[in-house]
Amino acid sequence: MPTSTVVVGSVVGLHARPAAIIAAAVNETGEEVTMAIPGGDPVDAGSAMLIMALGAALGDPVEVSSPSQSAHDRIAALVTQDLSA
Amino acid sequence: MSASAETAGILQGTPVVPGLAFGPVVTIVAGIPEEAVTAFRDRFSGTARDALQLFDGAVAAVAASLADRAAKASGDAAEVLLATAELARDKGLRAAVAKRMDGEVDLPDALHGAVNQFADLFAKMGGLMAERVTDLRDIEQRLLARIVGVAEPGLELPDVPSILVASDLAPADTAGLDPARVVALVIELGGPTSHTAIIARQLSLPCVVGVTGATTVAPGTPVLVNGITGAIEVNPDTAGAVARVDAERIRHAALASWNGPAATSDGQRIKVLANVADGASARQAAAAPVEGVGLFRTELCFLNTTTEPTVAEQTAIYGEVLSAFGPDRHVVVRTLDAGSDKPIAYATPAAEENPALGVRGLRLSFTDPSMLERQIEAIAAAAAVTGTRPWVMAPMVATVAEAATFAGRVRRYGLTAGVMVETPSAALLADRILTVVDFLSIGTNDLTQYTMAADRMATQLAHLTDPWQPAVLQLIAITARAGQRAGKPVGVCGEAAADPALAAVLLGLGITSLSMAAAAVRPVGAQLGQVTARQCSRAAEVALAAGDPAEARDAARAALSRLTE
Repeated sequence: MPTSTVVVGSVVGLHARPAAIIAAAVNETGEEVTMAIPGGDPVDAGSAMLIMALGAALGDPVEVSSPSQSAHDRIAALVTQDLSA
Repeated sequence: MSASAETAGILQGTPVVPGLAFGPVVTIVAGIPEEAVTAFRDRFSGTARDALQLFDGAVAAVAASLADRAAKASGDAAEVLLATAELARDKGLRAAVAKRMDGEVDLPDALHGAVNQFADLFAKMGGLMAERVTDLRDIEQRLLARIVGVAEPGLELPDVPSILVASDLAPADTAGLDPARVVALVIELGGPTSHTAIIARQLSLPCVVGVTGATTVAPGTPVLVNGITGAIEVNPDTAGAVARVDAERIRHAALASWNGPAATSDGQRIKVLANVADGASARQAAAAPVEGVGLFRTELCFLNTTTEPTVAEQTAIYGEVLSAFGPDRHVVVRTLDAGSDKPIAYATPAAEENPALGVRGLRLSFTDPSMLERQIEAIAAAAAVTGTRPWVMAPMVATVAEAATFAGRVRRYGLTAGVMVETPSAALLADRILTVVDFLSIGTNDLTQYTMAADRMATQLAHLTDPWQPAVLQLIAITARAGQRAGKPVGVCGEAAADPALAAVLLGLGITSLSMAAAAVRPVGAQLGQVTARQCSRAAEVALAAGDPAEARDAARAALSRLTE
């Protein structure tokens, strides 16, 4: 399963707005995508609340995983962007 | 509506949106009747699947009603409502609710538990996350209302313009606010980045957050909300409160729209300029409605080093400031004003009996002018690079000869030369100094200190180190008249220029420019526009004739009676 560890690019961390954008993108793909703090339990990346609950700050590593390569690539790229503006 | 002594008082919070508002307190309709929840529990006997279907129906209804309101709102308000709708639809929340209905099926309990799970986590994370707890609680209330079949909680709109007081406001509460009926927000909890603050800013509603005890004020009690200071006056004098709100509204309208250039209501012009210290402050000031810089303090580039910066280093720093204002706005550069309260190791004498009266400012060049020469060379180089024509002035000048020598050095580089008037001597000799320089700039802080022989750092002498002292005003008047006779500019830089009433007096005395902190520009500019040149002259006359600063202020304000503060 495509998995990679990427670094959070949003200045405010994975807070309300970045989390909402990522969750919306996941739900748009229709694929299952999970996110985790390395070593922690993976959570459904289609839930903004679960993403927020990860408590990932700017520069923190986050593990993105999905059976779909394209969904994985899209969400991994989003996590590295600054979505807080 | 009489104010009684025992209920009058002042509550204090953090101001987030400036402005004044007065009106009776209204509160938010909070919570869902416990009986409605009990009745639901009594009548519901379905399975976990039935309960989840009910939950999904409630989510759809809440999200639809929020989206409906978002469509009628705009900007930030619409965005906040849509974000709340998204949160209600969140898959993680649904999963947490479903998980809590494994054994016994109690939907209200499962919902409460699921929301708590996230709320506790966010609260523990603190900061921005903790502020999202309010959104979650709001969503819980709305979902529960739909599940048990009662109206969603919210604000019952008052009939008269009112002050909304709550322990906290959910985004959905604030998003639908009608500014004609809710004229200010007072929040017991919440921070400056909360949704309440964002929406209040968008609606320009005066707003104070973190007001301890706010919710103990009974509905209907008249309060005056000050969004500038953060004070909430409970049961204030009605007439006084209404007058203050009206005055503030007029002042605010004038301030917001004032965009320079400064002039009295009958068209008497005066230049409003900014004081800057480096490239960063210059770029910030350049965005304000100013006609240039009246005082570029060059000390900063000398203070941060252990040896004198080279001509090239100085050129780069001066160039930043000059380019921020370009060729069309002028910049007055003051040469190094080291010494006294601003010692610089490599430049100023080590031990002086009385540094304020010692070797400072221009006096540093008396024995060795090479450092001053290098600074003027750097200013000229920066002017050439940026294509600007800065004026250059020297601080701490006491004689005509000093002014002449300095002007000679500056003019050799083709620059415009002036000196500061900070000593009574320079003010008294203004006529003669103006025969050798192109302009004067009065430094009111030092002029006051030297005129009154009172250290401006001495707190017990604050009444003496007041620019409204008649002797100080008299010296300013002498200097301004000299400028008018010579047809040369005489400006004022220093605290005095930033006092709107004193600014009007200075205009009345014949001062041609006022230089101040960029933040003071709009208040001064706007208020000068509300008085006539004749009122300013009259204010100057009565201030000069006054016996002390307090009398001078009162008399000037009376003469400028339309000048509201």
